[in-house]
Amino acid sequence: MMTDFALPDLGEGLTEAELVHWMVAPGDTVTLNQVICEVETAKALVELPSPIAGTVGRLCVEEGDTVTVGTPIITFGAASVAEPVEAEPVEAPESDEGRSNVLVGYGPGEHDARSGRKRRSHSSRASTGSATVSAKPPVRRLAKDRGIDIASLVGTGPDGHVTRGDVVGAASTSSATVSSATVGADETRVPIAGVRKRTAEAMVRSAFTAPHVTEFVTVDVTATVELVAKLREHPSFAGVRVTPLLLVAKALLFGLARHPELGSKWDEAAQEIVTTRAVNLGIAVATPRGLMVPNVKDAASLSLARLAAELTGLADRAREGKTALAEFSGGTISITNIGGFGIDSGTPIINPGEAAILCVGAIRRQPWEYRDEIALRSVMTLSVSFDHRLVDGFEGSGFLRDIASVLRDPTELIALG
Amino acid sequence: MSITAPQRDLFEQVAIIDPESGELIDDEIYSPYLADIGDTDLREIYRDLVVVRRLDAEATALQRQGQLGLWAPLAGQEAAQIGSARGLRPSDFVFPSYREHGVAYVRGVDPAVVLRMWRGTTLAGWNPRDVNMMTPAIVIGPHMLFAVGYGMGILRDKTLNSAVDDIVIAYCGDGGTSQGDFSEALGFAASFRTPTVFFVQNNQYAISSPVGIQATVPIVQRAAGFGVHGIRVDGNDVLAVLAVTRHAAERARAGDGPTLIEAVTYRMGPHTTSDDPTRYRDAAELEFWRQRDPIDRLRLVLDRRGLADQEFLASVDETADRYAAEVREACIATPDPDPISLFDNVYATETALLAEERTDFADLHGLDLQGSGE
Ligand SMILES: Cc1ncc(C[n+]2csc(CCOP(=O)(O)OP(=O)(O)O)c2C)c(N)n1
Ligand SMILES: [Mg+2]
Repeated sequence: MMTDFALPDLGEGLTEAELVHWMVAPGDTVTLNQVICEVETAKALVELPSPIAGTVGRLCVEEGDTVTVGTPIITFGAASVAEPVEAEPVEAPESDEGRSNVLVGYGPGEHDARSGRKRRSHSSRASTGSATVSAKPPVRRLAKDRGIDIASLVGTGPDGHVTRGDVVGAASTSSATVSSATVGADETRVPIAGVRKRTAEAMVRSAFTAPHVTEFVTVDVTATVELVAKLREHPSFAGVRVTPLLLVAKALLFGLARHPELGSKWDEAAQEIVTTRAVNLGIAVATPRGLMVPNVKDAASLSLARLAAELTGLADRAREGKTALAEFSGGTISITNIGGFGIDSGTPIINPGEAAILCVGAIRRQPWEYRDEIALRSVMTLSVSFDHRLVDGFEGSGFLRDIASVLRDPTELIALG
Repeated sequence: MSITAPQRDLFEQVAIIDPESGELIDDEIYSPYLADIGDTDLREIYRDLVVVRRLDAEATALQRQGQLGLWAPLAGQEAAQIGSARGLRPSDFVFPSYREHGVAYVRGVDPAVVLRMWRGTTLAGWNPRDVNMMTPAIVIGPHMLFAVGYGMGILRDKTLNSAVDDIVIAYCGDGGTSQGDFSEALGFAASFRTPTVFFVQNNQYAISSPVGIQATVPIVQRAAGFGVHGIRVDGNDVLAVLAVTRHAAERARAGDGPTLIEAVTYRMGPHTTSDDPTRYRDAAELEFWRQRDPIDRLRLVLDRRGLADQEFLASVDETADRYAAEVREACIATPDPDPISLFDNVYATETALLAEERTDFADLHGLDLQGSGE
């Protein structure tokens, strides 16, 4: 008798995990609770113990694959002892089609949402996108099961609540089909999941709730570039990376101290504008897993050398996938350094929950007015996007101007800081 | 009779087992509380520690296999839990937090029953009256107030019957001491001199926050400010924990009021199965505490006395494995509750809205409104 083992929800509402490493191979004999593989969820790297004693049949998933919760990952042959598996109806899929041909990361999701009352329903999470629509959870679930976007319905219930009737009515007029995923000749379909999905949700939330304004300034940063070179030689900065980004960060903190609105937060629920004492400075980092924005806690309280060390550590940890969860939360303002990609300027989207993001362009040697003549100078374009609910052009412009003036002449930091 | 509160350097931890030799340290104040502990007791305490760790490992595995929604492992805290629980009488009452599986074990709660809440098949688990222990409190804080209220109740019983001398113990973590409820509980307990023991397992972390963030001074020091007696104990020394708990209980029984015990220990595993502790603590720290493992500590005592022979150790392993297998089987066999039972026991008298929701729910899922009547 073959038994499947399906990927369980390992962390209170997780929907998927990556299979990092198999520790068994087909034909291996395993004991109960012997570690069979390592998987990485959004929360943790976790070892999975075998649910039975028996023989490994097939590995249904390859290392590196992202697996949806509920998908069989391994089959076991004739269990030698453990009867418990017989009494384990929870995880095993009901039908053979469900089992035989699951494309990793696709397949079971839609099906499970409907059939498995034993599985967690993700309806509350899924409904966040339509948070403004009032409907009872079972109605939301019904809409989801029928593939209807509840936000598109007009509620006929009390206070505009969407009712079961509304959903059923809509279902009969639309022919909602649930397409199954394919890898065809002309197109490849990849499920939206993981970091990509979270980034998408964050960006949509920010772009469509915070009215963005973006301003630009181009500035001669030759003095900053020279200062960076000097600091690199200084013993206090031994062992840390000193880059123009460090001074941009310092300039931002200087500007923020003078224009605290740029570090505030819009609390829609409480109808309040919140300003926190600490500046938790987020840095957008491109990592192999996608875009991450960890932040340096209480950055304004740090010496320049400490800030350099923190920024170095932050970027390294993010690239290695070792960022602590706490580093992702509580950000108050962010920097995105597209100069690193050789790009001059852009209109960044604010990290949701924050008021502003500073976009740093590439530093280029180019002809520039200098002391009434044309000289070859190091020039950079900075842009800032801010949430116009919180910040008006007056403060936003002052903030950007202050940053530019510090980078034009870092003496300002000492003179005014 | 009044039990004097000994004054000690508050940074000092009470210890009984010498971690080098396994000899029992002669402690003027606390050793007398262990006078009755003989070889058989030492062995049974050891068995408890091993069994509880084994059950914990089985529960963690069951979570990884999809049989539990969540589990809060206790590994590393066995001595703090077994030692304190064994310092109580059956008629004393326990208010646990969510990690006290070891305490529940000593109180006689079936481990398979403990698992049901974590499997999501029950909201509570057992009848607190059966074992004089409340079901787990996930919300951190309020149960310490309940323990003070319960203590006030005991005092009232005492006015009717002077023989009443039960006490009540509340468990919380280092992080839990930051809750307002904790301070209120200590204040009230001191004012009313309730027979309450506050047992804080300082396992060094509140999820990922190291204790130093929330407590800039040893937690035991907080007691003094409220007029509560404080004891700091090596929480990995099961005999020391047993002794200080018996001492605190004795003071409470004698009408000398509340005690706060800070048991200094370490959570060897994750906060829960959803947590990845490697993100916030390093291997060296784990190793430091591994060297101070509570089971190894008691083992030193057994070895020294020649009590840890092969036969005994095999019987301990056999007990642990048998319990683990039983718990696994019972857990997997636990039936899912009828979904409609979700609406049971919400209010004593059902409201119109709830009735409507129940109907909607049944309607949507094609369920029988009566449910299983479970
Ligand atoms: C009132 C309340 N706030 C927050 C939480 C979330 N929470 C669950 S466990 C935990 C940490 C508790 O740490 P500690 O008291 O040290 O206990 P430990 O988990 O270490 O045993 C927190 C904050 C909660 N359950 N209740
Ligand atoms: Mg703790």
